[in-house]
Amino acid sequence: MGYAHRGWIVARTGLDLALTFVLTVAGLIVITFVIGRFLPTDPVVAIIGDRAPHDVYVATRIAMGLDKPIWVQLARYAGRLLTGDFGTSVLSSQPVLDDLGRFFPATLELATVSSVVAVIVGVPLGVVAAVKERTWFDHVIRVVALIGYSVPVFWLGLVGLLVFYARLDWVAGPGRIDIAYQYSIPPVTGMALIDTLLAGDLDAFRSVVSHMLLPVGILGLYSMAYITRMTRSFMLEQLSAEYVTTARVKGLREGRVVWRHAFANIAAPLVTVIALAYANLLSGSVLTETIFAWPGVGLYITQSLFSADLNAVLGGTIVIGVCYIAINLLADALGRVLDPRMRAT
Amino acid sequence: MPNTTRRAVFGLVGAGAAATMLRPGRAAAATPADTLVIAKNIDDILSLDPAEVYEFSSGEIINNVYDRLITFDPADYSKPVGGAVESWTVSPDGRTYTFKVRKGLKFGTGRALVAKDIVYSLTRVVVLNKTPGFILTQFGWTAQNAADLIKAPDDDTVVLTFDKAYAPSFIINILSAGVASVVDSEVLTSHEANGDYGYAWLKTRSAGSGAYRIVTWNAKQAVVLEAASSYWRGTPPIKRIVFNHVAEATAQRLLVEKGDADIARDLTADQIHALASSPALAFQSAPKTTIIYFQLNQTYEPLTKPKVQEAFRWLADYQGMADSFLKGQYGVREGFITTGLPGALTEAPYHLDVAKAKQLLTEAGYPNGFDLEVTVFNTAPYTQIAQSLQATLGQAGIRVKLTQLDKAEVFTIIRARKHQATLAYWSPDYLDDNSTANWFGWCTDIADNAKTHTAAWRNHWLIPELSKETDDALLEPDTAKRNATYEDIQRKTRDSGPLFVLFEQNEQIVLRKNVTGFVLGPSFDTPVYWQTKKARA
Repeated sequence: MGYAHRGWIVARTGLDLALTFVLTVAGLIVITFVIGRFLPTDPVVAIIGDRAPHDVYVATRIAMGLDKPIWVQLARYAGRLLTGDFGTSVLSSQPVLDDLGRFFPATLELATVSSVVAVIVGVPLGVVAAVKERTWFDHVIRVVALIGYSVPVFWLGLVGLLVFYARLDWVAGPGRIDIAYQYSIPPVTGMALIDTLLAGDLDAFRSVVSHMLLPVGILGLYSMAYITRMTRSFMLEQLSAEYVTTARVKGLREGRVVWRHAFANIAAPLVTVIALAYANLLSGSVLTETIFAWPGVGLYITQSLFSADLNAVLGGTIVIGVCYIAINLLADALGRVLDPRMRAT
Repeated sequence: MPNTTRRAVFGLVGAGAAATMLRPGRAAAATPADTLVIAKNIDDILSLDPAEVYEFSSGEIINNVYDRLITFDPADYSKPVGGAVESWTVSPDGRTYTFKVRKGLKFGTGRALVAKDIVYSLTRVVVLNKTPGFILTQFGWTAQNAADLIKAPDDDTVVLTFDKAYAPSFIINILSAGVASVVDSEVLTSHEANGDYGYAWLKTRSAGSGAYRIVTWNAKQAVVLEAASSYWRGTPPIKRIVFNHVAEATAQRLLVEKGDADIARDLTADQIHALASSPALAFQSAPKTTIIYFQLNQTYEPLTKPKVQEAFRWLADYQGMADSFLKGQYGVREGFITTGLPGALTEAPYHLDVAKAKQLLTEAGYPNGFDLEVTVFNTAPYTQIAQSLQATLGQAGIRVKLTQLDKAEVFTIIRARKHQATLAYWSPDYLDDNSTANWFGWCTDIADNAKTHTAAWRNHWLIPELSKETDDALLEPDTAKRNATYEDIQRKTRDSGPLFVLFEQNEQIVLRKNVTGFVLGPSFDTPVYWQTKKARA
């Protein structure tokens, strides 16, 4: 195979990915926009309230451009989007991008830390459960994973708060940081862990960690349950394969068989699973964010949806959609690196 | 133990140990001594510009950030007193009021508040004409005539002219509303864009002479206020107030229980009941002007019959609901003016009487009842009240189908007048009986394009005579006579027509014991913080 040909394949793959990306995002915008216009809530009423006089209603409706046909509205919105203008949220009176700049880092931070915890705990547990299939160890792990998977986050969050915050006083309560520090830390990245360290305020950092323990524990458990189950089943498949038997017969140490041979082979699908779990957390967990008064993007979109704040809903959906697609593409690329078989296509 | 397992187990133990070391020791009760932390659902805030503020949370905030022309002594809300103005005289024809501006009021910039600021503030409300603009434009003020009717001959004097000789109590009460807040005209002029009177700038900021200034508003997160040392009633003891957005009532309860919040504002009746024995907490309650009423749209034939309308009034278990799930957060109220306000009725003639209601339905031609769709908010206490009504109406043969929807969706349906029957709430826009009387007892045109949309209009209830009585009350100079007229209008709407009132709110809040001096007041926008103190816990 000549270099020119390889280059062509790489270029074509890149072009494919870019085209997929653009089309998906465009589809996402059109669908969200149209659904938003067919909500049973009147966006004008949502802004001016229930009792505003009729003349105010009419004036607001015209100011919002809602008197125009839907395709005109969509075209205008898309046009503004191309210039990087996501519009203004009617509820916060701020540009949607500014709002997202405040809400998204909160979700990003929570999702990232939770995912790291989930991977560090979940992957080894899954591997061990597969190796020790049908022992008590396996059963315990499967039950824990089942609980993590099936107990409602809402309930778990409230019980967690009651036990660890209200009774035992081990962790801080709802919110991202104690009020005492809340407005003394300059927001640089929007991620409280990093901002408090940048400010060199260790007490504030501890406060942030204390506030994060519960939500991270709960989202981490939820993600971990999924990762553990998938790791276990991937590993079981590999461990029953002939090459593993061969390796064992050859007298390789068990650790080497499990980690170097079997585990190496599940790396690619596992990356996809982890990426999916991460993307899920990134789209924001509305219930967790509600219970822990966590100003994240899930809460932002939901509240905006209930108030028919369409610019905010669209902006939030686009940002999350782009993250989702980007993570998937990244997982895809990583998969190609980890698994030679995927490189051929 | 095979190597793999051992390694994994060691890894887990290590991670666990690291996590334990990270666990910070939690100091006890955590809010700083000079900061008041309020756990509240503040997602209703749409704007902080007093020309636009019309929601509960924002109304409360601007009441502590601006001085209104007229205000109240927190010790006695029955009598309005001078705020940004200290005295006034009325012309013989009753149409022109001359106000003397209070000395010693200072804006955040340090500049003294003068008459031109008042003129600018009232004028911008009329010209911008946002949602609450009608409160001032009902005086006949328009963008065109404002310059002639709202004037400042010198720094200490404001002269306001009205299109009619309104009842003096009406005018003074109106000038105690949020739209009568005084803004800093120089600051706003410097932030003006396209003749918007600084609206775009002020929406998220403050420019007032009140006890506090707005430092931060992060929508759906928090509002932070900072004390103004120059406040004319004295420097507030609390330096900083943080309204923390906590949507979940359970989370609010935990925060105030642990001392991470000083006041919890939206607890349920059950939660307040459960906290009653806590030694660290205190309770405060105040009768509010908010009422819950039932409305019957006159587009649905059975609901137009006077006897059917009366039957409904005998089919609500008022006392039963108040004594059970409403647990003191709402009390029975059958007239639309609430406890403590002038004109409030003392009697409540209706109670649950199924036999009587059945008799009325039979006389109206519905011995077997009829089907009825009731649309309600999907939140407490509306769902519970609706379920109770469903049961009692059912006993008389009215078969209720409950449709529970999100608030904004219900509003959309009601504004479009597509409902059959709904539960709704009302709270007057300003502390004068006219606000509520007009809502319940005024409609001279039920067409879709009618100029004024009141509750009567929303239910296609045409009442020219009652509307005239309501209009006349506005011009009655004798306050006692005026109050008597409102009593009469209340009895008329209570005993006939498609609108009937069920309950009045009694706001209950939970505070840490070391917090004192917080006053709720009767209305959504009357709470004041400038006297609030916090002892060391």
